[in-house]
Amino acid sequence: MSKPGGRSFASAYRSLWRLRSFVRPYNRQMLVMLACAVIAVAASTLIPLVLEAVVNGPIHHHNRGALVPMFLLALALGMVEAGLIAARRRVQSVAIQMVEREIRNDLYARLQRLPVAFHDEWQTGQLLSRATTDLGTIRRFLGFGAIYFVVDGMQYAVVMALLFATYVPLGAVALVTTLPVIWMAKRFGAGYSHISRRVQDQQGDLATITEEAATGMRVVKAFGRGPLMQDRFGVSARTLRSSSLELVRLRARFWGWLTLVPNITMAAAVLVGGIAVAQGSLSVGALVAFTTLLVLLQFPIIDLGWILSMAQQAATAADRVCEIFDATMSIDDRPGALTLGQSTGRLAFEHVGFTFPGSDRAVLRDVNLTIEPGETVAIVGLTGSGKSSLAALPARLYDVTSGRITLDDIDIRDLTIESLRRHVAVVFEDPTLFSMSVRENIVLGRPDATGDEIAEALDIAQAGFAYDLPWGLDTRVGEQGLALSGGQRQRLALARAVISRPSVLVLDDPLSALDVNTEALIEEALGRVLQKTTGLIVVHRPSTVALADRVALLQDGVLVAVGTHHELMELPAYASVLSVDFTSPPEPSRTP
Amino acid sequence: MSSTSTQAWRGIAAEEVEEVPSDWTGLLRRRTRRLIGSVARPHKRAIVLITIAIVVSNLAATAIPYLVGLGIDRGIAGARHHDYVPIAVITGLIAICALLQALLYRVFVSGSGRVGQEIILQLRERVFAHFQRLSLAFHEHYTTGRMIARLTSDFESINDMFNLGLDTLVNSVLSVVGVGTILLVLDLPLGLVCLSGFVPLYFLSRWYQRESTKAYRVTRNAMAQVIVQFTESLRGIRAVHAFRRAPRNDEIFGELSEGYRAAMSRSFQLLGIYWPGIVLVGNITTAAVLLYGGWRVIGGEMEVGVLTSFVLYLRRFFEPLAEVSQFYDSFQAAAAGFEKLAGVLDEDPGVPMPAHGAPLPAGGLKGAVTFSNVRFAYREGANVLAGFDLDIPAGQTVALVGETGAGKSTVARLLARFYDPTEGKVTIDGIPLEALDQHSLRRAVAMVTQESFIFSGTIADNIAFGSPDASEEQIISAARAVGVDSFVHTLGDGYESDVGKSGSRLSAGQRQLVALARAFLADPAVLILDEASSSLDAPMERLVQSALRTVLADRTAVIIAHRLSTVEIADRVLVLDSGHIVEDGPPGRLLAEGRGHYASLHAAWRDSLV
Repeated sequence: MSKPGGRSFASAYRSLWRLRSFVRPYNRQMLVMLACAVIAVAASTLIPLVLEAVVNGPIHHHNRGALVPMFLLALALGMVEAGLIAARRRVQSVAIQMVEREIRNDLYARLQRLPVAFHDEWQTGQLLSRATTDLGTIRRFLGFGAIYFVVDGMQYAVVMALLFATYVPLGAVALVTTLPVIWMAKRFGAGYSHISRRVQDQQGDLATITEEAATGMRVVKAFGRGPLMQDRFGVSARTLRSSSLELVRLRARFWGWLTLVPNITMAAAVLVGGIAVAQGSLSVGALVAFTTLLVLLQFPIIDLGWILSMAQQAATAADRVCEIFDATMSIDDRPGALTLGQSTGRLAFEHVGFTFPGSDRAVLRDVNLTIEPGETVAIVGLTGSGKSSLAALPARLYDVTSGRITLDDIDIRDLTIESLRRHVAVVFEDPTLFSMSVRENIVLGRPDATGDEIAEALDIAQAGFAYDLPWGLDTRVGEQGLALSGGQRQRLALARAVISRPSVLVLDDPLSALDVNTEALIEEALGRVLQKTTGLIVVHRPSTVALADRVALLQDGVLVAVGTHHELMELPAYASVLSVDFTSPPEPSRTP
Repeated sequence: MSSTSTQAWRGIAAEEVEEVPSDWTGLLRRRTRRLIGSVARPHKRAIVLITIAIVVSNLAATAIPYLVGLGIDRGIAGARHHDYVPIAVITGLIAICALLQALLYRVFVSGSGRVGQEIILQLRERVFAHFQRLSLAFHEHYTTGRMIARLTSDFESINDMFNLGLDTLVNSVLSVVGVGTILLVLDLPLGLVCLSGFVPLYFLSRWYQRESTKAYRVTRNAMAQVIVQFTESLRGIRAVHAFRRAPRNDEIFGELSEGYRAAMSRSFQLLGIYWPGIVLVGNITTAAVLLYGGWRVIGGEMEVGVLTSFVLYLRRFFEPLAEVSQFYDSFQAAAAGFEKLAGVLDEDPGVPMPAHGAPLPAGGLKGAVTFSNVRFAYREGANVLAGFDLDIPAGQTVALVGETGAGKSTVARLLARFYDPTEGKVTIDGIPLEALDQHSLRRAVAMVTQESFIFSGTIADNIAFGSPDASEEQIISAARAVGVDSFVHTLGDGYESDVGKSGSRLSAGQRQLVALARAFLADPAVLILDEASSSLDAPMERLVQSALRTVLADRTAVIIAHRLSTVEIADRVLVLDSGHIVEDGPPGRLLAEGRGHYASLHAAWRDSLV
C-alpha cells in the first residue's frame, strides 16, 4: 500500500522551495557555481563574435597580421570557458553532495524519532525510496537543473539582445518563432509532474516488495512460494515500467517539439536575412554572425526539455520527502518537559484507554493499575486481549488515547522521552539485535556499562553462550553478523534490558523461546533483579507468574481482576488461561 | 558455504572490494559486458531501428548549417538579381530538414526509452528470480539491505543512463562522424587540423575510464551500506525507541552517508577534469581553425561561407564530444551497477532445484524420511551433525528435544532443504530431496519457523500463502482449527483485514496462529514445526494441540518445542545432544524408564507448571 500522493502540483514546487534551508549554508557556493556557469557560457557565446570580427576585419581587409590577436582572443576565451567549467564542477562536487547528505541525515534522524505508530503504517520501501532515489533526483536538479535554468535563461536573453542589436527585424523573427516554447512547457509540465509522482510512488512499492521478499525469505522457501513472490514483484515492476513509459512518451513529444523550434527560426532567419542582405540593409558578416548566434539560441531551448523534466521530478521528490518532515511527531517532548533524575519506579495506569490510530476498536479500556516501587505485576490474558499493547505504553512507544500513565506520580507525557526511556526498559517478544557486536547490543541503553556489569547481566540472562561465540563478546550479530537462535536472541535482549538498571522493567513474554531449564535459571536470577525494580510482565506460563507479587487478568482490553496468583486461581477465567491440564479434553473451538 | 573462498572472484566476492587487483578487472569487465550484451540482444531489431531514426535525424540536422552556408553564398547572390527562387528553395529545405529531424528525434527518444525500460524490467525480474533461487546460506550473509540495494539503487543508475544519456551518445557519435566527414570534404587541410584534437582526447578518455570505474564501484558499495543501515534501523524501530538508540544511529548513519558523499564527490571531480578537458581541446581547435582558415580565406584559397560553415560545424563537433563525456559518466555509473548485478547472477544457487524433478509416486508421497550418514556444518570445521542417521516411518510424529545448539533446528532445516548436507543424503520415500523440483518439494515438506513472518495483504492471503488454490471454506476451516477465528473478528474486516506492514498490529501469538493455519492448509506429506507455538497462551496451545492431533494423525511430522506439552502428542521422542541421538523412543516409555534426559526434562517442566 503506497501512501497516496494527494498533494497538489503547486505544493510540489512549494516543497522544493522549502528545502532551500538545506541549500542556504551553501549559498555562496551556489552563487560561485552560477557565476562560473554564466561566465563560461558568455565566453563560449563570444567566440562566434570573434568569427564575425575575423570576417569583417582581417579577411575583409586582407590583413593576415591582424589574425593573430584574434586567434589569441579566441584561445583565451576558450581557456576561460574550460577553466570555469572545471571550477564549477569542483565547487559543485562539494556543495551539492553536502546538501544531499544533510537532507538524508535529517530524514533518517526524523524517521528514527517518528513514533512506532507511524512505522506501523509506512512501508520501509517507501521510506527508503525517499532517502535514496528521491534525494538523488533533488541533488541532480540542484546541481544541474537549477543552475542551467538560470544560465540558459540568461543566455537566451543575452543572445536575443545581441540578435536585436545585429538587425532588429531578424531579432523579431527569432523572438516570435521561439515564443511557443512557453506554451509547450506549460502543457508538458502539468502532465509530467503527475506521472512522475506516480513513478516515484511505484518505485517505493517495488522497494517494499523487495524488502518483504527478502525478510520473508524463509517462509517463501518453506512453502516453495518463490513463483508467487516473483509474480508480485513482476506485477509491481511492470506497473513501474508502464508509468515510466508514459514519462518517456511525454518526454519524447516535448523534446521533439523543442528541437523543431530553433531550426524553424534558422530557416526564417535565412529567408529574411538573405533578402535583407540582397537589398543591402544587412552586411554578409552580420548575417553570418546572426546565424552563428542562432545556433547558440538552440541550446537554451533544447535544454529546457531536460531541465523541466528534472525540475518536475525534483519537485515531486521534494514533496515526498516533505511528507516525512511534515508527519506529526505525535510522541514528542512537551514544551517544558521534565527530566526525571531519579525514579522510585511507582507506575500507575489511571483510566487508561488505547485505540490504534485509524482503528475504531478500543484495545484497552479504563485500565486502572498501580504498581508500587519494587513490586512486580504479571499481566495474564488470552491472545489478543491487549497485553502487548499495555506493555508498549509505559515507554511511550504508543501514547494512551484516554486516561494517563504516571511514573512517580508524574504523567509520563510530561517527562522528556529520553529520561522516561532511561527509567523504563522494555523487552519485546520478538527481540531485535542490531548488526554490531554482542557487547554493543547489550550496552545499547547504557553505553557506559563496565565489564563487570556486562558479565552480571549476561549471567542473569543465562547468556553465557556469548563468550563462546567465535570472537566472544566482539562477535558481530544481527542481520549482517552471526545468525543466533531465537532463544539466544531473547537472552541477549534480556541482558540488554537488565543492564540499563531501569526503575521499571517491562517484559513482554520474554522467555517464550527458552527451554525449561534455562527459563528456570533466568527466572531465579530475574527474581533478584525484580526485588529492587518495578516490574510489569506479560506472561503465558504459570512458572513466570511466580515472579510476580500480584497478577492482573486482562480480558478484551479490560482489567477484570487484580490479586495474588492464589486469589485469582479461584476465578475460572484466570485458571483456564494458565491451566495446562492436558489430560482434560481440549476446549471446543471458541466462537467469538 | 558459498564457493567464494575457493574461486576467488566468482559471484559477489568482489562486491565490497574497492581496489580490485589488475588481473581481475578484466574478468569483472568481461562479465559485466557479457551481461549488458545478453540483456540488449533480444532488442537488436528495435535498437537497429532507433539507430536508423537517429542517424537520419542527425543527417537532417547536419544538413542545416550546410544549407545556411549555401543560402548565404548562393541564395543571396540570386536575391541580389531579384531571383528569389534559390533562397526560397533553400529555406524550404531547411524547414523540411528541421521537421524530419524533430520527428525522428521523437521516435528515437520514445523508442530508446522503451528499449531501456524493457531491458530494466527483464533484468530486474531475472535478478529477483536469481535471488529467490539462491540458498538461505547466501542470504544469511548477503543481508536484506544489500538485496534491496541491488534491486533498487543499482537499477536507478541504469535507468539514469537510459533516460538522460543514450540519445546523447548516439547523437554525439553520429555528429562527430558526420561532421568530421563533412569537415574533411569541405576543406581537407582545415579538416585535418580539427581531427588532430582527437589525439589528446584519446589519452584523456583512457585515464577517465580507469579512474571512474574505481570511483563508481566505491559509490555502489557506499550506497548499499547506507541502505543496509537504513532498513535495519527502521525495521527494529521499537528497540531503537525503547533503548534510545537514535543518537548513536545518527552517528553511524552520518558516517555511512558521508562515505557515500565522499565517493560521489570523487566521481564528480573526475568528470570535473574530463569534461572541461574536452571543452578545452575543442576551443583550442576552434581558435586554430579561425587562424588557419582566416589565413586561407585571405589568401583566396577558401570562401567566407565555407569558413562560416566550418565554425558552425565545429560547434556540432566538440559540443557533442563534451556531452559524450557526460554520457560516459552515466555509463560508468550504470556499469558499476551492472557489475554488481552480474556478480549476483554469477552466484551458484547453493541448493539447486532441478527444473523437472523425479516423478512423484502415483498415490502421492507417504512421507517416510531417512537421514543417512549426514554431515553438516554452517562454517567449515564446525560440524553440527556428523554421521547422523535417522529413519522416520511414514505417518509418525517425532519430537526433537535437546539443549540449544544440539542440532534440532539443523535437522529441521535439512529436511526442509533450506540447506544441503555437506555429506550424506536426506530422502523422502526413498527419493533424495535434491531430486525434487520446487513444486514437488513443497508438496512434500512444509515448515513453520519461530519467526512466523506475515506478508502484507489480508489474513486470508497469509493463510493461503502456501496453497494458492485453496477455497474460502478451506481457509476458514484451517483458521478455525488453530483458533485464528478467536481474534479475527477484532480486526475489523475479519479474514479480509489488511494486516499492515509485516503484521505489525498482530501480537506474536496471533502471528504464530496465522503461520500454523498456513502450514495446515498447505497440507504437505511432512510437516515441520520449529518452535511454532512458543508464544501461545495455554488455552490457545491446547486448541492448537487438539488440531495437531487431527492434522498429524496420518502425517509425518517433526516437532521442535521447548514446551513439552507439545511433545506429548508425539509418537516418538528423539533427544539430541551435540548432534547425536542419545535417546529414542515413545514418550511414555522414556518417562517410564525414568532416568534419562527426557524424563528429567519432563520433571523440570512439570515443576514449572505449578
